[in-house]
Amino acid sequence: MTAPSSAPSSTVSRPQPRRALIGPVGAFWLVLLIASLFLAPRAEDMAEALGIAWAYEWPRGWTVPLAAWISAFMNWLVNDAGFGLFSFVDLTRFVSWLLDIPLTIATSLLSSGFLRGQGSDAVQVLPPLSWIAVIAVVVAMGHFARGWRLAGFVGACFLYLAIFGQWNSAMVTLSSIVIAVPFGVAGGLLLGIAGYRWRWAERILAPILDIMQTVPVFAYLVPILFLFGFGPVAAMIATIIYAMPPMVRVTMLSLRGVPDEIRDFGRMAGCTPRQMTWKVMVPSARDGLMVGVNQVIMLSLNMVIIASMIGAGGLGYDVLTSLRRLDIGGGIEAGVAIVVLAIALDRLSQAFANRPPPVHVDLPESYLHRHPWTTTVLVVILGSALAGLVFPPAQSYPEALEVSTGGFWEGLVKYINVNFYDQLEAIKTVMLVNFLIPVKRFLTGLPWIWLVAILGIAGWQLAGWRLALGAMALSMFIVVTGQWEKAMITVYLCGISVIIAGLIGIPLGILAAESERAGRILNGLVDTLQTLPSFVYLIPVVMLFRVGDFSAMIAVILYALAPAIRYTAHGIRQIDPQLVEAGIVSGCTPRQLLSKIKLPLALPEIMLGINQTIMLAISMVVITALVGTRDLGQEVYIALTKADTGRGIVAGLAVAFIAIIADRLVSAGTQRTRRRLGLA
Amino acid sequence: MSDPVTKSDTTAKPDQMVKLSCRGVWKLFGHGAETMLAGGSRQPTLDEIKSAGLIGAVRDANLDVRQGEIFIIMGLSGSGKSTLVRCLSRLIEPTAGEILFEGEDLLRARDAEMIEIRRHRMGMVFQHFALLPHLTVLGNVAFPLEVQGVERKAREERARRVIELVGLEGREGYYPRELSGGQQQRVGIARSLAVEPDLWFLDEPFSALDPLIRREMQDEFLRLQSVLKKTIVFITHDFDEAIRLADRIAIMKDGAIIQTGTPEDLVLAPATDYVAEFTRHIPRAKVLTAGSVMAPWRDGVETGGDVGLADRIGDIADRVEAADRPFAVIGADGERAGLLDGRAVVDVLVGRTGAATGATGGREG
Repeated sequence: MTAPSSAPSSTVSRPQPRRALIGPVGAFWLVLLIASLFLAPRAEDMAEALGIAWAYEWPRGWTVPLAAWISAFMNWLVNDAGFGLFSFVDLTRFVSWLLDIPLTIATSLLSSGFLRGQGSDAVQVLPPLSWIAVIAVVVAMGHFARGWRLAGFVGACFLYLAIFGQWNSAMVTLSSIVIAVPFGVAGGLLLGIAGYRWRWAERILAPILDIMQTVPVFAYLVPILFLFGFGPVAAMIATIIYAMPPMVRVTMLSLRGVPDEIRDFGRMAGCTPRQMTWKVMVPSARDGLMVGVNQVIMLSLNMVIIASMIGAGGLGYDVLTSLRRLDIGGGIEAGVAIVVLAIALDRLSQAFANRPPPVHVDLPESYLHRHPWTTTVLVVILGSALAGLVFPPAQSYPEALEVSTGGFWEGLVKYINVNFYDQLEAIKTVMLVNFLIPVKRFLTGLPWIWLVAILGIAGWQLAGWRLALGAMALSMFIVVTGQWEKAMITVYLCGISVIIAGLIGIPLGILAAESERAGRILNGLVDTLQTLPSFVYLIPVVMLFRVGDFSAMIAVILYALAPAIRYTAHGIRQIDPQLVEAGIVSGCTPRQLLSKIKLPLALPEIMLGINQTIMLAISMVVITALVGTRDLGQEVYIALTKADTGRGIVAGLAVAFIAIIADRLVSAGTQRTRRRLGLA
Repeated sequence: MSDPVTKSDTTAKPDQMVKLSCRGVWKLFGHGAETMLAGGSRQPTLDEIKSAGLIGAVRDANLDVRQGEIFIIMGLSGSGKSTLVRCLSRLIEPTAGEILFEGEDLLRARDAEMIEIRRHRMGMVFQHFALLPHLTVLGNVAFPLEVQGVERKAREERARRVIELVGLEGREGYYPRELSGGQQQRVGIARSLAVEPDLWFLDEPFSALDPLIRREMQDEFLRLQSVLKKTIVFITHDFDEAIRLADRIAIMKDGAIIQTGTPEDLVLAPATDYVAEFTRHIPRAKVLTAGSVMAPWRDGVETGGDVGLADRIGDIADRVEAADRPFAVIGADGERAGLLDGRAVVDVLVGRTGAATGATGGREG
């Protein structure tokens, strides 16, 4: 199981024989690759000739009707299931009703105003917060969290939303987030604490978290649509479920990170278990927990946009309808508004997370002195509401002054399409013909049995028989549920995207680590890329390349690029400076320094980045179903439009399993590299 | 440089009440630790433990901590001293043995009882302070009272008193990270004293401080103890610190206690080479008392002055050495116990072997 191909660790000065280009293990894989290349176009005929067609394509008759079973189960759940006193449907209705209350309050406060009556007969009792008041609140929060610069920045972002006519949709989106985030944080915190305190809870949570973080977002929507119907509450439930897992993980991690001494102190002070949790552990883990809160906010935003498909409304709905109508200007306009909102929320919540710990205040002064901001904001809210009664522009931003960028975007895209159509088309065709289509043919041409075996061998080589069996079992799930071909299309799209993202991202990461200025610029870029909801990436791509695999690939690359850059840069920067100095005093040229010292030592970190890139690519591929791919994502998307729960869940699990197989294999490889370098 | 409080005030007498004692305490980490010790009388050796894949953090520890004494557990890192003190406070559940706190077995106490004992009768100071970062100095010191449910006014008043005791008045509103290491540990000390515990654990309280501050804190600690007279279990890896502070010292190695005794006992009669290695470089004058190097009393000798039986040679050397005549060594009841002359003092100061045998042989003039 050891790899003789790895570099000998001794650094004796006597001249060593030049190492062979690849060791026996490498040679084995090369042979396997060549055999695969040979096999792919011929496999179908060969299998038929040998009378083992089942080994090439899983016979339809053997397919396990898991989807039908799940659908039947869901039907039973909705129609017949009960807990004695109340039925399952009562439960879901109760949950909807419960969540509807805060959501209604938030929407009333931010966008619709407090209404009396139903539908079009409704009378506004109280107006929503005026645009001036909302901006005052975010400015105050910005100032509180960091200072004037952030306050100005956040204020400008929100002002942008008002001036460019996106205010109402943005406020609908914001009100979903304002309610989803506390639920996500509280739920994640409680589950995380449970996982920290009880072993059995952690044992239950760990695999669920794994699945939840890899199941594609659309797959969440299907059962929720089925159970909770179409509407903002269902969308919010999906959002909460989607945003919670990282909070659970972060909570467990940061509670474990609290120093043992603090824990011991809590026990010595005689804390009861409850006091221990809430008075000692949670406050001590605050910094880590705030990172989780930031994640919940960003994931909620991401999901709220996607959940517009099941009725969330707001900016996501605007983008979706524009995409469907091919209203280029409107789509980009709403897309930019999402970006602005995302960046504003991210900077704000990060500032809260990194707020310097409190310093002592000497003398308590009057309420006004201690809370100048609260007071000011309250005055602005009341003032603008009162002013709005006599002077409407103070309540809602005057439409006459709104600026629409739709026309500009429309014109820009038109200009590009008129002047660069041929070039863009040429790039697309060249890539499709020479790269995408051959790879697709290759992967879909291989018999399933061959690939499952290869996964098994890879697993066995990297980490032993447990990984081998796991990888084979998960891939067999895809086979027996009859999704092999679609899965291969997903793998092909992801694979190509990851390779290209790596080819772009790793050199950029190296650049970021080597040059301070490039590092700063790229860091800003990566930060921004990572805050954008996945949905946004589709917009420019569709505008320029229309629908199809190529557009999907570009969107996936853009979305998945960030970790490749970030981890590479981090991997190189964290190398012990003494090792680099050792290289310099040995007389390495900068190039040798990079290739002989920095890259090999940064390898585990780079692999970690690639692993992340794969995960992001897989999650994005599913969303690209909207631009017309024919993979598992499309399967989930179709299930969503038909509310076919079983189909959606089975396809979603298939995507999750692809992600889990990739993650486990790459992690095992990373682990091996680490051990070889003596880092773990 | 040495502190003004004389050690004799706090030196424990052997007949004083035993506050905390541990009998045959074992702590083995790893799978199957209980079976290794099953049967009670079995005493696995270090090699047996290792070959079973276990770690013998504490092996058959026995000690008695007496009322009002400073009992120091000394050992290098990995010797098991931290595990032992955590067994004594039951932060770690020992694998075997019993721990008697004022006669009752702590290991039998139920969770609720243990919480009560810790709330009112034990205090602990930690190496890295373990202050809660989100609370002010006042909040931290009042915390143990808060968890007991003492109302705000009463607990803050009590906390202010203890903060004053450790010399941090005026800093009540500061957050831990605004304080220096020494000040942080003062907060840690104040916090552990806020509940007025009978038994005070200090786990390497000064190890994270730089040497000058460490010395200052040791003086401060002795000052506090002269006022409070707590029963103290103090962990350190620093032998200098141990002999400076201890009434008695237990030396640990590989999880076992290899010798327990006063600093003088350890210096004069090390039980093993390992202990001897520690004591070799210790300036004897800091450890040996007048009582251990004096010559027998002879009537009719003209004395140049009096010194106490328990006075450290280092503290009285100047006076004795400068005088022409020997000094009378006065016992606890005021009787003349012996004679101490300049030569004996110089022997100790320069480390002549005669000094070491003073207590046992002790005949030469």
